[in-house]
Amino acid sequence: MALQHFNEASFDQALAQPGLLVADFWAEWCGPCKMLGPVVEQLAGTYDGKAVVGKVNVDEEPELARRYGIMSIPTVIFFKDGQEIDKRIGVMPAEEFTKIIEENL
Amino acid sequence: MQYDLIVLGSGPAGLAAAVAARGRGKTALVVGNRWQDSPLAKAEKIDNYLGLPGRTGYALLEAFQKHAEDAGVEFVVGRAISVMAWNGFSVAVGSDVYQGSALVMAPGVVRQAKFPGEPEYLGRGVSYCATCDGMNFRGRDVVVAGRTPDAPEEAAFLQRIGCRVTYTAPKRPDNLPDEIPFIAAGKVEIRGEQTVTGVVLDGTEVPCAGVFILRASLAPTDLLPALETDGGYIRVDRAMATNISGVFACGDCTGAPLQVAKGVGEGHVAGLSACEYLDKQNK
Repeated sequence: MALQHFNEASFDQALAQPGLLVADFWAEWCGPCKMLGPVVEQLAGTYDGKAVVGKVNVDEEPELARRYGIMSIPTVIFFKDGQEIDKRIGVMPAEEFTKIIEENL
Repeated sequence: MQYDLIVLGSGPAGLAAAVAARGRGKTALVVGNRWQDSPLAKAEKIDNYLGLPGRTGYALLEAFQKHAEDAGVEFVVGRAISVMAWNGFSVAVGSDVYQGSALVMAPGVVRQAKFPGEPEYLGRGVSYCATCDGMNFRGRDVVVAGRTPDAPEEAAFLQRIGCRVTYTAPKRPDNLPDEIPFIAAGKVEIRGEQTVTGVVLDGTEVPCAGVFILRASLAPTDLLPALETDGGYIRVDRAMATNISGVFACGDCTGAPLQVAKGVGEGHVAGLSACEYLDKQNK
């Protein structure tokens, strides 16, 4: 599956599925988020069929941002079988994300 | 926007690096504060810059800036809040992102130490970027610890988007809007439980959900955690290369003497080394 663009309904649907879910909370007004965008897109391609990778626009989905207590963006949250297992705040090298995914596949 | 070279820092070292790169036909973008806000602009007299004794820091900076502009260096006024090494280098300034094939660090020395609690609560209520994170604090109390001339403008932005802003600094800035409450304090300590719950300003606790800390620049190691340092200064070789391929450093950030002449010399070398690096990349 290619990169997902979640709204609340599609996010909850993805969360209800077993397996690994990676969600990048971002917004248009945030430079660092734009910087991280291509990295997240690449993750979606690399782990196609193994993990669901998607983006949540906090401007359009404030409820999701509130639910996960997003205070700073970009924030990337990792879920396994519906449970939050890890979180990274701010811009990170791509390897930081692949490491967490690899450990939890 | 893609450049051959991005320079972080608009002081003598950064401008010298950018001018050197222009001399080799490379495109160069300088990201930094207004040159008028440089600590050097306040120096009354500089007597050891060869051939130009007795100038003020302001006069020297003005001449350096003009030289760089005439050489075709491009400028972005603002603070780099994030750097990523991935297919070259990306630098985020507020909402904008700039791409460079090589990077020169010339931010000067970051004179202010971090506040107690700042590293622990970064991303959990502490933010360096009003543009990025302000929206997450709409309808809530935030404190802006302003340490730059343009920090009051960022406080006004936060107020405008719906944050309840209190501003703190050792002295009230002239350009702080009247409707923003001000607390004079030098000492700032951040308190929290999981996330920020308040700040202690010279001993008085002010409850808040967010703290925006706005300094002249972020420490180079906050921007590039892999950067090797020595006693707080960036470690470089004679070519002004750091331990990260494609990243060069010059000026006060590499160590003493903190002098214009040394910054200009190092900047020149860093700019040329960056060009050599770029030429090798393109072979």
